[in-house]
Amino acid sequence: MNPALLGLITIATGVVGCVGYFYLSNLILDTFIFPARDIGESEARTRRTIMIVIAIAVSLPLAFLIMQNFLSGSVLTLSGLFYSLVCLVVIWAAFWCARKIGPTEPSTSGQNINRANMIRPWLFIFPAFFALSLYLAYPVFETLRLSLTDRLPGNRYEFVGLDNYIQMFNEPKFWESMRNNMLWLIVVPAASTGFGLLVAQLTDRIKWGNIAKSLVFMPMAISFVGASVIWKLVYDARPEGTEQIGVLNALYIWFGGVEPQTWLTIPFWNNFFLMIVLIWIQTGFAMVILSAALRGIPEETVEAAIVDGANPFQIFFKIKVPQIKTTILVVWTTITIAVLKVFDIVFAMTNGQWETQVLANYMFDKLFRANDWGMGSASAMIIMLLVTPILVWNVRNARKEMQ
Amino acid sequence: MSGVTLKNAIKRYGDIQVIHGVDLTIEEGEFCVFVGPSGCGKSTLLRMIAGLEETSDGQINIGQRDVTKADPADRGVAMVFQTYALYPHMTVEENMGFGLKMNGVPKSEINEKVAKAADILQLGPYLKRKPKALSGGQRQRVAIGRAIVRGPEVFLFDEPLSNLDAELRVDMRVEIARLHKEIGATMIYVTHDQVEAMTLADKIVVLRAGVIEQVGSPMDLYQDPDNRFVAGFIGSPSMNFLEGIVEGGAVRVPALDNKSIATSVSLPSEGSKITVGLRPQNLSVNPGESSVVVDIRERLGGVAYDYLSTATGERLVVETKGDDFIASGTHVTIEFAPQTAMFFDAETEARLR
Repeated sequence: MNPALLGLITIATGVVGCVGYFYLSNLILDTFIFPARDIGESEARTRRTIMIVIAIAVSLPLAFLIMQNFLSGSVLTLSGLFYSLVCLVVIWAAFWCARKIGPTEPSTSGQNINRANMIRPWLFIFPAFFALSLYLAYPVFETLRLSLTDRLPGNRYEFVGLDNYIQMFNEPKFWESMRNNMLWLIVVPAASTGFGLLVAQLTDRIKWGNIAKSLVFMPMAISFVGASVIWKLVYDARPEGTEQIGVLNALYIWFGGVEPQTWLTIPFWNNFFLMIVLIWIQTGFAMVILSAALRGIPEETVEAAIVDGANPFQIFFKIKVPQIKTTILVVWTTITIAVLKVFDIVFAMTNGQWETQVLANYMFDKLFRANDWGMGSASAMIIMLLVTPILVWNVRNARKEMQ
Repeated sequence: MSGVTLKNAIKRYGDIQVIHGVDLTIEEGEFCVFVGPSGCGKSTLLRMIAGLEETSDGQINIGQRDVTKADPADRGVAMVFQTYALYPHMTVEENMGFGLKMNGVPKSEINEKVAKAADILQLGPYLKRKPKALSGGQRQRVAIGRAIVRGPEVFLFDEPLSNLDAELRVDMRVEIARLHKEIGATMIYVTHDQVEAMTLADKIVVLRAGVIEQVGSPMDLYQDPDNRFVAGFIGSPSMNFLEGIVEGGAVRVPALDNKSIATSVSLPSEGSKITVGLRPQNLSVNPGESSVVVDIRERLGGVAYDYLSTATGERLVVETKGDDFIASGTHVTIEFAPQTAMFFDAETEARLR
């Protein structure tokens, strides 16, 4: 079949599925589970029985499916116990729901409507919640499990405790990644936010400000890999005496340099050449958000400061920046999270050679090149541990800003 | 302390001129109120004096100094904004001391001045709070305090009470009047509320469409307006305007059953139309044979406003004592002393004297 047609069918199925889910689930809730009428004692009892039957009918096959799909070998191994526990939780949850929504006492129509309205938000949140648990929460636990196991021939796993972590901590390449990640963490968010704020402030009042802003924003539309290719050409080196096609080397020679430099192989400093790529991309993001924040500052406070005798620098640093402090923090932390996950740029430009390794690329190396699932998962856990506190802080700040 | 002088001050935005050559002298220590309908340029004029708007042409002097091109900070002015314009990230204390801090005044001196201003405005207990934790009235007091602390030659108020509720507005009005008495500095105050203008001002400047209509003391403007606009703007409820026809040295008013008003002002030629202005306070109504009918009566307790409609379709407001009751729909006759009537040219709207 034509792929375009397939795509259209997918979209149509998705939309119809969503609408159908929301319509039918609410219909069932309002006409069957909590109908808007009085329910007598005997009816309540039959309804409860029906609920429990449904709970069994749903949870037992689900538990069976889980066992059949995930369990390899005996129930008495660690993973066997884990999945048994999961099944028990599923069954228990089904019964709990059945008891909650099918009480034995008779109820009035008013009570039923109120109960239906208490459940309704959960109906709406369920698809998102389900997708998030399947694609985010479950992989986290699976990664944690993998990081504590070794993979044996024949698709078997062995629990090894913290061995993967210990082995990783003993590798110099891991500490190199940690060091580089810290460098990225300090430089990139600071530089991006700083440049973004600078551009936002400088373009605020001038006529061609919007054009300048569009130009600065444009790299946001380029993928990390695309940007890496562009910058790889900027850093390109040709043999001495030939025409330099890399802008940086061309300038270097033009200013009197003799030997063209292979910039990406100069240890330590090459990290910064890589960071420039991310800064180039993220400055646009910082600029857009900070520019909006700057526009949101009440004009009168600036005018009051002018009358109070503050000079432009004092107005910027003492009046404007403090008023958009929370936005700056949100931008900063958002970029920080992007930095901790940085992979594409390093992968495409140096692949971690010449001391430019970062954690995400290290993880990729272990997981898909060395096929060491244990250590790969362990490094993934480390990245998650580093991101989580910043993420929590970011969400908090964003919430504070919304108030 | 010093006065403010404007000489032919003009403001243009591109090709559009919004202030048309204002000449104005504000004496030292005077409380001057700019009043006018919205869009008349009163705020623009104030901002030109503050230096927040560039003066396109003409000259502005504060005291003896020509400040037309001076920076706002160097003009010796302090401004209070309608939206308070407090710095949200600073405490009350820091807000008030910010101007001095920017001018490099030592900390002990700042503290002393802030404490003194806080004392005048009863802000002592709130010094450590952020503006967010203050009520509207307190915020406006902080904004005024910020102006006081800088010890300016001229205070500028840009509709400072518009964001407050009615009750608080009266309180703050009294407070500003008290402040002016205490400090004695020159103050320029912009408002669209003629009650504020009447109660606060030593001198009122009535503006319309970027032109000064009249300058004078509140009672001058009330009793002796130069034109129909000023007469209508000053006074509450506003003056009634009826069409009149000059006949035999007197003015016949068709709306009032062709009542003739004798007057000594120089009237235009026989038969020409003019406008007759009658203040609601100077009229009295009595039930009687007439074409004037009571429409609605608003009773405010002490006084009542009768809204009357006439046979010619013109409407009238009369202020009466609240106690006597005339039902709506009653026909009434209108009495007034002929010398209280004012006459205006129908074309130029200028007062006929």
